[in-house]
Amino acid sequence: MSTQPKETVLAIVALGHGKVAGGGAPVFIVEDKEQLEKVSLYLSRVLNGAIHDLENGVYIIVGH
Amino acid sequence: MEQYQASILVGVTVGFLARLYLLKVDYRQYPSYPHGYVTHISFGFIAAAIGAVAIPAIMKPDFTAVTFLALAATQFREVRRMERETLGKLDESELVPRGNDYIEGIARVFEARNYLVMAVAMVSSLVTYLVDWPYGVAAGVIAQIIAIKLMSGEVVGDIAEVIPSQPVFNGALLTVGGIVIMNIGLPEHREKVLKEGLSALIKPKDDNARATLDNLGQRQAILHVAAALLGSKREIGEWEFAPLIRKDINTGVLAIFLLPIEPDMECLIEAINRVPVLESSKRRPLASRVGRQAAD
Repeated sequence: MSTQPKETVLAIVALGHGKVAGGGAPVFIVEDKEQLEKVSLYLSRVLNGAIHDLENGVYIIVGH
Repeated sequence: MEQYQASILVGVTVGFLARLYLLKVDYRQYPSYPHGYVTHISFGFIAAAIGAVAIPAIMKPDFTAVTFLALAATQFREVRRMERETLGKLDESELVPRGNDYIEGIARVFEARNYLVMAVAMVSSLVTYLVDWPYGVAAGVIAQIIAIKLMSGEVVGDIAEVIPSQPVFNGALLTVGGIVIMNIGLPEHREKVLKEGLSALIKPKDDNARATLDNLGQRQAILHVAAALLGSKREIGEWEFAPLIRKDINTGVLAIFLLPIEPDMECLIEAINRVPVLESSKRRPLASRVGRQAAD
């Protein structure tokens, strides 16, 4: 088990504009909370990542 | 001549039975593939044979024959390498791996067992040579009991107290006993985790235990055993359901979280209690003066 960080943000799902800017990961803007959860779930399954909630309407998909 | 024969025969038989017995008591660590059994039993037989002929060789007297004991040591180092490689390879396809430290511990035990078998065979063949075969068998059994006592190491239950706990969400953060385990994004995952998850706190009894439990290999071993015995709903791509273990940096208490197939708290505690303390992760800061002073 390594203690070195190897987490990478694979994708960002944001509710509305203005919360996320730039960065290396693709950003998916969605309209409502239902979409937010659905898109996050799909992305996490496709990208083999975990969904983390930043609790400001932004979910990030992180590869561990 | 007949004395030699009896001596060798008793030594080989008792030593071989000793190896069989050690295989049986080892159900937890054994990877249970049939060819593994064959390999270990044959190695055990060779070890018993080498141990058994050592005494007659000296008595004959044929002192140079004893040098092949050295050869045996090389052979049994192979056992360790073989076990390490096999388990390491198998570990790659485990959803909750054993971890290198645990594998190294298991491999070392397998190597040491052959030396034990050799010693048991030697003791019983010596006693058979000096007295008679029933005494030889008895001496072998006693040697075996002593060996098992000496070889049985500590378990987590000896160095720490395991107490049941409830997973609680603080926003998106899953916490157990106030220790943050991970951030779970989706509400439906949180519900599942709350409903089906099991968690416990592992409180080290002293500073030695705390330092030992700090070790990542030791923690991985705890996770592996817990997941192996209770099952885990961990699946590829579903990181939310991965069993995790995290430490409270201020107190050294470990929090373990697991989404088991069989949600039984008593079994979880029993499973954690029985995880062996790995030789490689054992730390004893209290054994030194500086460590004791720092601990007040």
